[in-house]
Amino acid sequence: MVEKLIFLFFDVVMCAGLLWLAWRMLTTTDLFMAVVLFISFGLLMSLAWIRLNAPDVALAEASLGSGVTGALFLATLGRMQPLPAFHDFFSQKTNGVVVLLSLMITMTLSWILFSVPDGLDGLRTEALSSLPDSGVSSPVTAVLLNFRGYDTLLELVVLLTAAIGVWALGNELPTPESKPPQFLFIAVRMLIPLIFIVASYLLWIGSSKPGGAFQGGAVLAAAGILWLLAGLKLNRLCKLLYWRILLVIGPIIFSCMALIFLISNKSLLTYPAKSVGSWILLIEAGAFVSITITLIALFMGGKPNNL
Amino acid sequence: MTELIGTILVLAGVAFFIAGTIGLLRFPDLYTRLHAITKADNSGLGLVAIGLAIQTDHLFKAVVYIIIWILVLFASAIGSHLLASQAYQRGIEPWSKN
Amino acid sequence: MNSIFFTITGVCLIGLGFSAIFKDIHNLHRILALNIFGSGIFLLLVSLAYRGPDKIADPVPHALVLTGIVVAVASTALALTLMVRLTRSTSDINKEEQK
Repeated sequence: MVEKLIFLFFDVVMCAGLLWLAWRMLTTTDLFMAVVLFISFGLLMSLAWIRLNAPDVALAEASLGSGVTGALFLATLGRMQPLPAFHDFFSQKTNGVVVLLSLMITMTLSWILFSVPDGLDGLRTEALSSLPDSGVSSPVTAVLLNFRGYDTLLELVVLLTAAIGVWALGNELPTPESKPPQFLFIAVRMLIPLIFIVASYLLWIGSSKPGGAFQGGAVLAAAGILWLLAGLKLNRLCKLLYWRILLVIGPIIFSCMALIFLISNKSLLTYPAKSVGSWILLIEAGAFVSITITLIALFMGGKPNNL
Repeated sequence: MTELIGTILVLAGVAFFIAGTIGLLRFPDLYTRLHAITKADNSGLGLVAIGLAIQTDHLFKAVVYIIIWILVLFASAIGSHLLASQAYQRGIEPWSKN
Repeated sequence: MNSIFFTITGVCLIGLGFSAIFKDIHNLHRILALNIFGSGIFLLLVSLAYRGPDKIADPVPHALVLTGIVVAVASTALALTLMVRLTRSTSDINKEEQK
């Protein structure tokens, strides 16, 4: 009983905190503060995912939604200095139509949600009952790469498209020149092998426990971002051609596999029953590499020069 | 017995966290706030980690808790040093009593 | 069942994000609003997938939300790059007009 009350209190405080952070984020006049609030919002969200029994989503939110996106926002703020004047939330009249529309959306959603009958189980039973045939033992990974594999294929294509879009806008934008201190370089050199181990572990564990290519890729991309922030150049890592190959290797492996299975099994992304586990691992490895490189490319804000 | 010791350690860690947060809210400038948040929270986290580690049945889990603590120590050392040195270079004067 | 609080929070975040996207505020605030909007939808989906503290939740919405988070990061990155380019080109034009 006491335990239930404590959790109830915790959940209510967390929901209130999420709403308050979102409100402050939008109404503050200081853009830097808005970004910091966004990062804390993401961290609170990943706690909420844990409370909702969604550890996979929590890992993705902490690494991608809060970590990489936060780094992207901070880098953008640095690249926009000095900031021109802008309108803040309260200086603008709110359009009546927009308020009406957003009220309508909120009302309709609440009405739909409260009229959902109890006892529905969604696709849970089906997904869990066909889990033994999927080649992996983590239900989320099974849905991502087996039952709804085309979602993940298209998701990789979306990532690639975003990277191409960013490259098409011009060359890499340097983050503002403040000389990074020497100790950061030393710390990054010590951290990168450790980050590599954590990322590979996340990739490997994805077949049986929370984790997978996306979370692992985001963690490894963090290593790349640290490398850039420590003032090191990426041309010490690889040439533009290799860069391009790594960018597309995930989508290419995935679509080749889809094509092969389409020809041999007459249906898209139906794996052969015996070797399904290893196919999924191969696809995940390709996706892992491409996601890492794509996220680093997105952070650079343009096509890398001097490669 | 281990459960009792573990709970006491976790509660002590929570007390450190509360102290660190009060320091963050009440201290006058960036340097003192950094001091409060890094020192108090890292010792708090250490107590929580040890308290949880001695309650686990598996050695692997206990080692993981301690590794998490060490990694957070590493990250907060780098982060607080970066913040403080950048602030000092930009000419933010440390607070003094007058 | 505590997941109802998260459902309500999700709905509120959707409303808040939606109403801010269409305001004439700084583009960075609008991109943040878009992210809040997305987070609201994710919260809604995952809270509907919840089946109690001891049961495995419905994995299909979880997979959808994972995909959604990655797509949100990609679109945010593209939007931010576009915004930086826009700010830089407008400030260049302003400088030339001042000359």
